[in-house]
Amino acid sequence: MEQIFVPRVLPVKEYFAPGHRGCQGCGPALAFRHMLKALGPRTILANATGCSEIISSPYPLTSWRIPWIHVAFENAAAVASGIESAYKVMMRKGKIPQERVNFVGMAGDGGTGDIGLQALSGALERGHDMIYVCYDNEAYMNTGIQRSGLTPFGASTTTSPAGKISKGQPTWKKDMPAIAAAHHIPYVATACASYPLDLYEKFAKAAKIEGPKYIHILAPCPTGWRCGSDETVEIGRAAVESGIFNLFEITNGKKTLSLKVPERRPVADYFKPQGRFRHLKEDDIAYIQKKVDEDYELLLSEVE
Amino acid sequence: MGKLTGIEVSIACSEAVTLCDVDVIAAYPITPQTHIVEHLSEQVAEGHLDAEYIKVESEHSAMSCCVGSSAAGARTFTSTCSQGLALMHEIVMIASGLRLPIVMAVATRTLSAPLSIWGDQSDVMSERDSGWITIFAENGQEVFDLTVQSFRIAEDERVLFPVMLCLDGFHLSHVIEPIELESKEDVQAWLPPYKAKYRLDPDNVLSMGAFAMPDYFSEIKKQQNEALRGTLPVIKEVFKDFGDRFGRYYEPVTRYQTEEAETIIVMAGAFAGTARLAVDTMRAAGKKVGLVTIKVFRPFPFEEITEALAGAKTAVVIDRALSVAGPGGPMASEIRSALYHEQKKPAVVSMVGGLSGRDVFQEQFIELVERAEACVASGKIPQYEMFGVRE
Ligand SMILES: Cc1ncc(C[n+]2csc(CCOP(=O)(O)OP(=O)(O)O)c2C)c(N)n1
Ligand code: SF4
Ligand SMILES: [Mg+2]
Repeated sequence: MEQIFVPRVLPVKEYFAPGHRGCQGCGPALAFRHMLKALGPRTILANATGCSEIISSPYPLTSWRIPWIHVAFENAAAVASGIESAYKVMMRKGKIPQERVNFVGMAGDGGTGDIGLQALSGALERGHDMIYVCYDNEAYMNTGIQRSGLTPFGASTTTSPAGKISKGQPTWKKDMPAIAAAHHIPYVATACASYPLDLYEKFAKAAKIEGPKYIHILAPCPTGWRCGSDETVEIGRAAVESGIFNLFEITNGKKTLSLKVPERRPVADYFKPQGRFRHLKEDDIAYIQKKVDEDYELLLSEVE
Repeated sequence: MGKLTGIEVSIACSEAVTLCDVDVIAAYPITPQTHIVEHLSEQVAEGHLDAEYIKVESEHSAMSCCVGSSAAGARTFTSTCSQGLALMHEIVMIASGLRLPIVMAVATRTLSAPLSIWGDQSDVMSERDSGWITIFAENGQEVFDLTVQSFRIAEDERVLFPVMLCLDGFHLSHVIEPIELESKEDVQAWLPPYKAKYRLDPDNVLSMGAFAMPDYFSEIKKQQNEALRGTLPVIKEVFKDFGDRFGRYYEPVTRYQTEEAETIIVMAGAFAGTARLAVDTMRAAGKKVGLVTIKVFRPFPFEEITEALAGAKTAVVIDRALSVAGPGGPMASEIRSALYHEQKKPAVVSMVGGLSGRDVFQEQFIELVERAEACVASGKIPQYEMFGVRE
């Protein structure tokens, strides 16, 4: 990536207000801030239950400087579908002025890949003009760090605890971007809270594309990942630089890498600062490293 | 004066929705609601109704779409029943809590298990605490009229609550009746376009659906409760206004032959039609029997019900829903509790039957009245009885 002086590139205006109740160093909060800078004020957000909603909307306060609604845990995609349809027909009937509005549905990894998967699939299949955002902190953080289908192999959570006969999460991370892409939507992208410019550009691009868009953001969570609150950005970078989480886009079926890592760091670098992986032994890490290498090779073979 | 047309009741309901120029429909098919959503799909496909029809993948998403659509300011309709209503239950409650004027037609059907597609009122009874205005239609004309009135009620700024319009599955949804259909001009002149007071709008930024800590929750719930209770006068006003315009008047509680009645049958929905015939037969035989039908079930019309029943000795409440191992049929329990502190009140006999499509015939209503009167005379009133069931 080129060296850019960030404050002059990103809009100064904040749409996710300071004063929210996220933990110090909250990766998702960082991502929301840059996401909304890209989407701007003509954006309506349907937010699932989860950290994002709980840190931002204790009645009578709100952190959202755009129209925002929270309904339930598993239905952000459906709520956003309803909003988009309402706007479409009201514009068609001349009840409100014609304009381009960003309709966004957003949930965590649990609200997206587990309990909300059906609603998401329905919305993507129906072709609504909306952006669906999964901010992935790799567990149900809001309810106390329980495992989700997107918790990575080996991570210790409160419901996949490492123990005498357990190495933590026993399953590999569910591949949500691939599931979204299987709906043959015009745009799928991954992003990471630690790469604000890349994230910004992807949202700015998505806002211009008609139809369903899916953006999957890896967002480190110091509380759940058991790391320092000052390590969020560095850990996100290590995830990308090790290739355990990759930044790419699928535009009209064409997959491209957003960031080619010249020399991947070992996953051990990524695991080291995180308490959730502390119990892993060398051979466990080697086992994971092998899978990461294979997946990365596969990814390289898929990109054009 | 509308045009008298022989039409299936489900189709009449869809016609009413079309005349109301609904903006968004989100629905998922389930028997016996299917004809409503099929006909609406057709209306949209043929260009008779300019709406977005969201073909959702489940009822949970249907109600979620409706919440999003209504929050965005669009006139919104859905329809379901039974398992579908149970599946959307979580969001049904939220629609009321967010004060969204969604209209939902429920072609009432029983709940599994055993699985059964046939009609009774167990599905809506399971939603009675969800904060929706709940209205029961008795015949096809009422379905048509009440569909139109539901939008006017829901969208009134003094109301802003969703409305559940219940029509008995099959016994109403699938019968063909002569119905006076009003014209588009007349309906639209009576029902103004919906202009949301609060909506998701980039020009007027607001947050909806914030969470409440214990220091706010109870106050918010109290407001919701008082607001829903306070809708009854508006509902009556809308009923009166509709009557003045179209000549058909509605009331939250309808009385039939209740003057000096010693025994009154109390019920809601289509089977009341048969009960009315039974009342005529009994009256002709010199028995002082009347009928009270509950049209508006939520908000619960306390005054209207206590007044209507005050003079009777026996009220036999017929529920097409069983509160399994509970204190009686759901409607009977509520009426019994509503009357508890009244000085002048009848004994309430709870009779549960007509479950899952089982008919209740005229003679059965007469037997039920006799049985109830015998219970009261003997002083041994059961908590509830199931009738029309093989031993
Ligand atoms: C139907 C339902 N089941 C369970 C819950 C409890 N719950 C609320 S948020 C949550 C986890 C959210 O996880 P995720 O979507 O990953 O978001 P995060 O909190 O990690 O940001 C759970 C289990 C709920 N609110 N609703
Ligand atoms: S638990 Fe994690 S995701 Fe939730 S607010 Fe704290 S840091 Fe953010
Ligand atoms: Mg999560």
